[in-house]
Order: sequence, then C-alpha cells, then structure tokens
Amino acid sequence: MTDVVPKVDTVKLTIDGIEVEAPKGALVIRAAEQIGISIPRFCDHPLLAPAGACRQCLVDVEGQRKPVASCTQPVAEGMVVRTQMTSEVAKKAQEGIMEFLLINHPLDCPVCDKGGECPLQNQAMSNGQSESRFVEHKREYPKPLPISTQVLLDRERCVLCQRCTRFSDEIAGDKFIDLMERSSNEQIGVFRGNPESPEDDAPFNSYYSGNTIQICPVGALTSAQYRFRARPFDLVSTPNACEHCAAGCDQRADHRRGKVMRRLAGDDAAVNEEWNCDKGRFAFQYTQATDRLTKPLVRDRKTGELREASWPEALTVAAAGLAAAKDNGGVGVLTGGRLTVEDAFAYSKFARVALGTNDIDFRARPLSGEETEFLGSSVAGRVDVTYADIERAGAVVFVGLEPEEECPIIFLRARKTYLKRGLASYAVAPFVSRGFEKLGATVILTTPGAEAEVLGESEQLREALSADGAILFVGERLASVEGGLSTAARIAEETGAKLAWVPRRAGDRGAVEAGALPTLLPGGRPVYDPAARSEVAAAWQLDAGVLPSASGRDTDAIIAAAKAGQLGALLVGGVDPADLADPQAAEQALDAVGFVVSLELRLSVVAKRADVVLPIAPAVEKTGSYVNWEGRVRPFGTVLKTAAMSDARVLDALGRELGLELGVGDVAAARTQLAALAELPLPGTAEAGTALRGSVRVAVPTVAAGAAAAPTSGQAVLASWHHLLDNGSLQDGDGHLAGTARTPVARISKSTAADLGVADGDAVTVGTGRGAITLPALVTDMVDGVVWVPTNSPGSTLRRTLGVAEGALVEISTGGTKS
Amino acid sequence: MTLDYQPSQESLSKLTPVLTKRWLSPDAWKIDVYERLDGYTALRKAFKAHPDELIQLVKDSGLRGRGGAGFPTGMKWGFIPQNDGKPHYLVVNADEGEPGTCKDLPLMMADPHSLVEGVIIASYAIRANFAAIYIRGEAVHSARRLRAAVEQAYAKGYLGKNILGSGFDLDLVVHSGAGAYICGEETALLDSLEGYRGQPRLRPPFPATHGLYASPTVVNNVETIASVPYIVLGGSAWFRSMGTEKSPGPKIYSISGRVNNPGQFECGLGVTLRQLIDLAGGMQAGHELKFWTPGGSSTPMLTDEHLDVPMDFEGMAGVGTMLGTTAVQVFSNQDDIVYATYRWIAFYHHESCGKCTPCREGNYWMVRILHRILAGQGTVLDLDTLLDACDNLLGRSFCALGDGATSPVTSSIKYFKQDYLDYIEGRKTPMFKGELVGAH
Ligand SMILES: Cc1cc2nc3c(=O)[nH]c(=O)nc-3n(C[C@H](O)[C@H](O)[C@H](O)COP(=O)(O)O)c2cc1C
Ligand code: SF4
Ligand code: FES
Repeated sequence: MTDVVPKVDTVKLTIDGIEVEAPKGALVIRAAEQIGISIPRFCDHPLLAPAGACRQCLVDVEGQRKPVASCTQPVAEGMVVRTQMTSEVAKKAQEGIMEFLLINHPLDCPVCDKGGECPLQNQAMSNGQSESRFVEHKREYPKPLPISTQVLLDRERCVLCQRCTRFSDEIAGDKFIDLMERSSNEQIGVFRGNPESPEDDAPFNSYYSGNTIQICPVGALTSAQYRFRARPFDLVSTPNACEHCAAGCDQRADHRRGKVMRRLAGDDAAVNEEWNCDKGRFAFQYTQATDRLTKPLVRDRKTGELREASWPEALTVAAAGLAAAKDNGGVGVLTGGRLTVEDAFAYSKFARVALGTNDIDFRARPLSGEETEFLGSSVAGRVDVTYADIERAGAVVFVGLEPEEECPIIFLRARKTYLKRGLASYAVAPFVSRGFEKLGATVILTTPGAEAEVLGESEQLREALSADGAILFVGERLASVEGGLSTAARIAEETGAKLAWVPRRAGDRGAVEAGALPTLLPGGRPVYDPAARSEVAAAWQLDAGVLPSASGRDTDAIIAAAKAGQLGALLVGGVDPADLADPQAAEQALDAVGFVVSLELRLSVVAKRADVVLPIAPAVEKTGSYVNWEGRVRPFGTVLKTAAMSDARVLDALGRELGLELGVGDVAAARTQLAALAELPLPGTAEAGTALRGSVRVAVPTVAAGAAAAPTSGQAVLASWHHLLDNGSLQDGDGHLAGTARTPVARISKSTAADLGVADGDAVTVGTGRGAITLPALVTDMVDGVVWVPTNSPGSTLRRTLGVAEGALVEISTGGTKS
Repeated sequence: MTLDYQPSQESLSKLTPVLTKRWLSPDAWKIDVYERLDGYTALRKAFKAHPDELIQLVKDSGLRGRGGAGFPTGMKWGFIPQNDGKPHYLVVNADEGEPGTCKDLPLMMADPHSLVEGVIIASYAIRANFAAIYIRGEAVHSARRLRAAVEQAYAKGYLGKNILGSGFDLDLVVHSGAGAYICGEETALLDSLEGYRGQPRLRPPFPATHGLYASPTVVNNVETIASVPYIVLGGSAWFRSMGTEKSPGPKIYSISGRVNNPGQFECGLGVTLRQLIDLAGGMQAGHELKFWTPGGSSTPMLTDEHLDVPMDFEGMAGVGTMLGTTAVQVFSNQDDIVYATYRWIAFYHHESCGKCTPCREGNYWMVRILHRILAGQGTVLDLDTLLDACDNLLGRSFCALGDGATSPVTSSIKYFKQDYLDYIEGRKTPMFKGELVGAH
C-alpha cells in the first residue's frame, strides 16, 4: 500500500504537570496512558463506545466544578488535568467510588476465577482504601445464572460496568444480554419469556460470547469450561495463533501441568483487535481426546490389525511401502487444510522429491479445476487485501462466503466499519443470514449455482465494486460454482476492486503458498513452467529432471485413481473423509489402495484404514506458522513441550529413511527454505503487496458462468455452509461450547414450504439416492426451490449422508421418510 | 381547611393567577369552554409571527425552565440548529416525579388545552412537526384529560396538517411512562420514549442537537410550555411585571404538609414561605414549622430561619439550596426528621436507575445506615460516614438524581444533628427492631 500515514490534528494539554500532545478528540484517559499514568477504570474499554457508568476514572479538570470522568472527556487545547497522582480531589473521588463498588462486591476472591488477574482486585489495592466502613448486609443472588451453556454469571460480583452488554450489542451485534431491574437490584440478564420458568429464557446466543468473559473486569462472567479449574498465578501463558480458521487470530494459551486450561484472545490491532470467536477460545480439548495417538501403529501382517510399533519400525515400514508404490502407480498425497505453512512445505517437498509426484492437494472439500487455476492466478503470493482495507473500503461484496459463520473476524471488521461509517455490504447468497443482517447487507437472493451469473451481470454489484477501495470477498465454496471464480477474477479486474479469497481453515492459505497443490510449486510457481521448475530445483539442489513436470491430480482425481487401483499408495495428513465431496468414494479409495500412510493426531477414519500410522503433534505441541486469508504469516511457539513431532519432522525422518536429506525437520530450516522460494509478508507487515518471486504466473481461469440446476416437483437445489460451531472434530470435547451452537434447521422459502405443506418446526426431509437428512423447517425469505441445511451439524452431516455438494439437486419432502 | 382563616392582604397580593386562571372555571378542560376563555387566541397570534420572532419573544420574557433547573427557555430553543435538514422534535416533560411536586398534573387535569396550545406554538417556533408529551404512568386521570384534549384539538384543526391554514403541520402524541423517577431526567426520558430502558444518556451530545432519534430536540417542562401562550398574548414586558428581574414571571407553588389548606398557589417568583403558608391557611393547629423543602426533596431543606427568604432562583441559591420544582413540603415539630430523611433516601434508592456506581451503591448504603440509626443501632461515626458518602456521591454521579439524593441527608444533619444523636445515644425510642449486621 502506498498510503501515507494521515496527519492527525493534535492538541496540547497538561496532565499532572506534564505536557502531552494528544490527537484531537482523544479521551483524557487515553492521553494519560500515553505518558504512563494509569487512571483506574472499569467501564472504559478502548474498543467500546464510552459509557461513563462506573465513575471510577474521575479526575480534576481545571475550570470544572465537579470531577470529570476521564473516559468520556475529550482532550482540549490547554486543558489542565490532575489525576489521582497530583489531586486530592481526584484521589478522594476515586477512593470514594472504589468504596461504593466494594459495598456490594463479595469478598470471595480466594475462590473466584478472576482472583489474581482482577482489575477490581488490583485497582482496589492501588486506588482504594484498605478498610471499608460498610457494615450492612451485602446484596445476594442465587449463583450462578447460566446465560448460555458456556457463559455463567455470578450477579453479586458484577460491577455493572456494562462492558459485556455493550460488547454484545456494539461489537457482535448479538443483543441477547442486557441490564434488567434498577438501582442496587440492577443486573445483567437474558430475556426471560416466563418469570416462572428459566427454561424459557432466550440464552446469550453469540459466536463471540467468550469475549465478554475476558473483558469483564471482575469475576462475574466465567466459562463453564474454565470455572474453578485454575488460578491465574498457576498458569503459564504462551502467545499462540488460532488453529481453527483462516482469520488468523492472535491468541494466548494458558497451561498448567501439561494441560491447556484456557485460551484468550490476543491483542493484535491489525488482525483480531482484541477479540476472537468462541471456537478459537473454547475449542482446544480435542488434543486430550481418548483416541489421541502417541505411538506409531503398524498393521500386523499376521493379524491384519494395527498394533503399536517403535518409530524406527514404523518409519522403515512406511518408507518401504511408499518406495514400492512410487514405482508402482505412484503415491497420492492428501494433506488437509490444518497444516502450518512449514508442514505444508514439507509435504510439498516430500511429494516432489521423495515421491516424484505432483499428485498433492491440500483441499479436503469440494473443489474444481477452475479453482486450481484460480489459486495459481489470483491467490498464491498475493497480499493485497488486509483487515485494515475493510475499514477503508467503499463497499464489500461477499460471494460464496458467509463471514460470520466462515471467517468471524472479517465479520467483526465489516460490522465495525458498518457501524462507524455505514460500510455498504452486498452478498450473493440464498438468504439474508443473521450475519448479513447485522452488516445491513444488501443480499441478492441467489440459487446456488447461479452465483457466477449474478456476479457477472448485476449492475448493482458492478457499481458497488467500482467504489473506492471496494473488496470482493470470495469464499472457498465458490469453487463448486461453475465459472464462479473466473467471473470473480474478471469482475475484480474490470471494476478495479480488490479480490480476496477466504478459505475456511487455518492451514489453507499456507498450503497454497507452500505448493501443496497439483499444479503449483512453492511461491505460486506453475509446475508446467520449466523456468519455475528449475528455480525450485536449484533451491532444492536437485538434478535437472528430478522434479516431475506433469501437473498432478487434485484431491478428487487422487481419490478416483486410488479407487480405480491406479495409485500404489496414499500419504494422508489430517484429512477427514467426511469433509470431502464424496466421503464414500474416499473411504472406498482408502480401502482399495494398496498402501496407506496416515499422519494423524487421533485414530481417525483414515488412520483406522492405514498400514502405518505416524502420530503427529497438535498445534499446541509444536512451533510453526499459519498464513491467514490476508496472506499474513501468523507464527506461534510451542505451548506444551511434549515428545510429539510435527508433520514436517515426521516427513523429514521418513525422507531420511528413503535416503534423502530434505532438511525440513526443523522449523527454522523449513522457513528458510520456504523463504527462498515464496515471499510472505512478515507478521504485521502485510500492508505491502508482495509479488511472487517466481516470474511466471498461472493464467486466470475463464470458465463461463454456469446456470443453477432446475428442480422439478419434489426437488430442490441444495444450499449449505458450515455453522461456525458444528461437528468439526477440532471442536470435540467441549459440550458447553457445543451447547451454544446454532440449532440445525432446514431453510425453505414460503412457497416451497407451502408446496410441501409444512410450517416452521415441521420436519423436512432432504434426500439423495444415498441417504436423507430430516430437520425442522424454518420458513425463510429466500429463493424458491432451494433448501439450505448446515454442512456438518448434528443431524445434518451433508456430505456423508447425501454425498453431494451445494448446488446439487436433492429430493425434498415432509417428515421423516428416511430412505 | 379552616374557613375562618384569612390570609393577609400582603400575601394575597402575591397571587398572580395566570396559568391557573381557568382552573376553577367548570369544564375548562373542554375545548369549547377553553376557546370561550381566550383559548387558542395566542396560537392565531403566534402564526402571524416568524418563528424566530417567537424565540426572541421567549428570550425577552426571561422565562426560565420550570422543571427544576431554571434554564432560560428562549436560549434552549435558540440552540436548535435551523435549516439542518433533520427533523426537529418538541418533547414535553410531564413526568412530575420529584417528591412533593404537584403542579403539572393538576394543570393537565384542569386546563390541558393550555399545554396543547403551548406545544403548538413552541413547535412552530423551533420548526418541529412532531411533539410528544411524556406523562407519568401513574397519572391516569390527567393522561385521559390530555388525550381527550389532543383529540379535540385534532378535530378542530389545531393539530394535524396545515393548522389554521398556516401551512404548519404538527402531530402530537401523549405517551405514558411506566413509573420511574429517572424518566423525568430529560435524556432518560428520551431513551424511554424511544422504547429503550430509561437511563440517562452521555452528554454531549446534548438533546439540542442529538435528542429524540438523534435529532434536534427541545425538552421542556409542562409549566414552561404552558406559560408560552400567555407570553405570546401578554408580551414579554407584561410577563416580566411578575416575579423578579432574574426570575421573572408567575410560578405555581405546590404546598403540602402541615398547613391547613394545601394546594397550588400561583405567585410571582420571589414569594416567601411565610406568605405561602399564609395563603395555604396557616400551619395546622398544634404544629410549629420545623423544616421544609423549597422545591422537592432534591433541594436541601430549610428551617424556620428561612421563612422570609424570597423563593426565586437567586434567593434559594443564596441560602444554599435550590428553587427546584417549587414543591414546598412543610414539616412540623411533630415530624421526625430522621425518619423523613430515611424515607426520602429509600425513595432515591428505589428510583436510582442503577447505571452509575455512586448513586446505585451510595443510596443502598445510606438507606441501611439510616435504618440502623432509627433502629437504635447507630453510632456517631455513622453521621460522618453519611456525610462522607454524600461527599463521594455529590457531583460524582452520572446524572442529577444522585446529586439530589444527598440533599436530604446533608441538610438534615446540618440543621438537625441533635435529632440523629437522640436516636444514636438512646434518648429516643427506636423506630425499628434492630438486626444483626455483618456477614459480608
Ligand atoms: C432525576 C431527575 C428527574 C427529573 N424529573 C423531572 C420531571 O419529572 N419533570 C420535569 O419537567 N423535569 C424533570 N427533570 C428535569 C429535566 O431533566 C429537564 O431539566 C427539564 O425537563 C427541562 O425542562 P425545563 O427547561 O422546561 O425546566 C428531572 C431531572 C432529574 C435529574
Ligand atoms: S445518578 Fe447514576 S444511577 Fe443514579 S439515576 Fe443518575 S445515572 Fe442512574
Ligand atoms: S471508566 Fe470512566 S466512568 Fe467507568
């Protein structure tokens, strides 16, 4: 970006006798921070609108009759401020407020989760008096009040700063909690449908609910997951990058005695600001699953069963099997989207160098050849859209992406911008989802399959995308729309809009950069290009001709080939067949292929079918980096030091077994090798659009826009995306989190519902020749002849049950007529 | 009332029936009776003037807000940005919640059209095409009268489109609150009117630029707005012929308590308590004045030393209190000041909105201390604690409700510390049974 930092108007004021220059409009409390003076506060939060409710931050301002709340008072030229450091009035006012706050606050710090990291506790020490004069009874409440299955509220601890309610309203847009009652009986609560039965309460329904726990300045909000589990001073904190989605949140993991106890949102102004989503915060128990693998397994020749084996044995067996297969049909490599960029690079190099193949693909979901081209032409090596660009955008358009469900931090940025200056959002989608509603988005209701046509022809979208700094966001789902990505690339080119591809998983973008694709080498270099190949060969010190020159097979083709007996072996990373377009075919392929090596965390469907299972480390037990949707590197260190090895280390050992020195076993070495081939922006400097180091770029695909399928009577076009919280295996192990997932429903239009004769809540069955899903209907303002169901939620495992992807024709009927 | 009581000529000469002049006329609340008694003539006159001239007229009259704070009304109207392309609103504060205050509700009961007429003129002046009267929820009868008046005014073309052929449109809505004192605070009122929880808003921005629905809004008290038609008819000089230079005009004083004839007495600003008690038929037999509030419980109490202080904005400020809503509550030597203070603080505790710490917690604390003192379990230190709690509350709360709560406590301890000590030191029989405290 060539942006010059805009010049900010400043004013001069003095705080405690020190002259400060602060931006015009800045709050006194912030200006004081600038010079290291911390004014005590509770309701104030830099990312929330000022409230002035707690009155803890009172300071003395010359010329003002009364003490002033520094969290609501903007600075002014010549203003003279005295804080508790130099003013008796301010000091007494703050001590008075602190005494008031403690009147009704229980002295249960020794058993409170917040004790030890509590702003109330800390500030009571720094800015309060040691003795309270209060001798009356304190207010009491039954405790705790579960405001969702995950978030618990102990009302007697609450200081009513409203940070939680303001967060849920201003930031997340989920105003499910609010102040109730008044005076000393004022309390946070959820909507109570019936005062007699709390079962009728409308719970705090938000994907961002955990943030309220983090910003609560007392221990009033706790998570069911962490409550009473640890004391802050017993925890060891490690900065960490979230392994779930492509947003790339900075996080902090706190562990004790070899177990992660909780995770918190990290503070990265360029990415997640100070927020994260509940998946990132709460979904980490999967590493402690009972089926977690710690020792290699080898299929016993006599019993045919998997048995534990030593690493040397397992590596020998695996290497021998792969070597044999290499010369006998070849090996297909499926890596999955959860790898660090270093691990993906190791697979990429291992496939080319050790297995001599380009049959490698990270995509564990529906995909297309058009997408493969698009990743080369318009994604690899490009860093031209950032979170900050959303705040500057004239308009944003979402196609094949529901940001709240599929990349929740993009949603937060867009919403922030929408609230701040009315950012115009547009979406091409089958209905106005809750996320789109909260963005005030204009949604062009579209039948799945017709997105390309709509995007290509809508004047409204063309105009929006022509706005200054407009961004076209395309989700990975657009891969299954014929002509979708081609049209997106073309329209972006024609309108000058920026184009951002947003995959769903943390490892997807890194895998593109690392060349875990059948057509791309690291750094977006096309496999077909001799110059590109020789650059890579030189970097890897390979003899000419070692790198395979033919483009490889993509995931679908690898599976088809394996199923047809054309491949000798499969090397599979963390891939769940249930995520693939056709899980059944994938499992058949695993069964059919002669040899399977599985690098796995848990005894998965793939591991169970493997000949050799090599256990690998989960994110918390290794070092690495993810590359988020922006193309920004998100490095992280090891949280828990265990004996578990990263995929790269295992592959390095496997290479050695094959007589090769890949040099990818060590993260630093892998990074150096990758850096020689692919230029990725350093963390926090994604501002500059870096070009590929490779000289040639894959051409932009030009697939013509397809049309949506045309349902006949009893049929509908299938629409779907993943709920943020669903059956994903990385969410296993936390029932409290699962309890906050959205209820799976089948959405159909009014007329579709009328045709079926169903109303809200009635059972609707969506089926294919393979199976059927029955869910309660939710009549929605959407296109007729379309049914939307979640991709992988309880009772709605679309791919496994139906074996089809979005855009397919399905049968639709009432009630549970399961086929 | 003791019929044979005769107020002095001097006291009687203080009466200035302007807003109350129709109150005793039968059926003045009906539109035809109102019209016969000069009703809606001020409106016709106002329409002949330019809105800016009306704002100037009100400025010249020196009319000050009757809702408690005494802010100059013309200046408030002048703050409304003109030609800003936004809708403007007039909101009438008819929440009348200040303890002891009973002037707005009787006005709306006896003479609702005078308020409606004032609303139309004021809206015309500030270029508002929508006005609302936010009336206290409990005031069912007044609300009914007011709604009927609005209906009649619509029927006769005083409201609606092109009023009296002036080209001016106005819709007027009467909205009943749900009974919260805080909803009389103008920004809480606006939130409540918008359908939200009634809690005060952060200022700035002020209602003059970001009021109802974030648009320029004037919030005025009932009595303020009801004064406007008379100013239009009588002119500013006439208006200034009543009251004092800095506090001009007539004012409805509502007097209650230990007097023979409690009620509303409209006098020029600056009347004294002695005169008001005289007008109200004197003290009840056997009662001697002990303490009194000049303008509701939020204004610090005064004593019999202050019988002759002029009850205008300046006079009251001069003796450390405020004119407030001119709700004069008269207490005698048979009334218990500690108990009265306890009851008042119980009110503030009940009515605190809960938003800010000092008001929410300070009142919770003070009401318990006062209860303990009345239960004979107080200590001398409690008085210091009460005063210090007030010091930590006054000027520290988010809105003026919290400030008001300190008035009864500080003024009662200031003038009648001995009464507290009588409970604390066991000279007075406890009023409540004691409780074990602690356990916190
Ligand atoms: C707690 C509280 C309660 C109030 N209640 C009333 C009320 O019932 N009626 C009223 O007119 N003003 C009330 N006010 C004053 C209003 O906030 C506002 O100043 C007034 O309506 C302005 O009108 P005026 O300028 O005509 O006096 C109250 C203020 C506070 C702080
Ligand atoms: S002073 Fe504070 S708690 Fe009291 S009413 Fe005002 S804002 Fe609410
Ligand atoms: S931090 Fe300023 S009022 Fe709460």
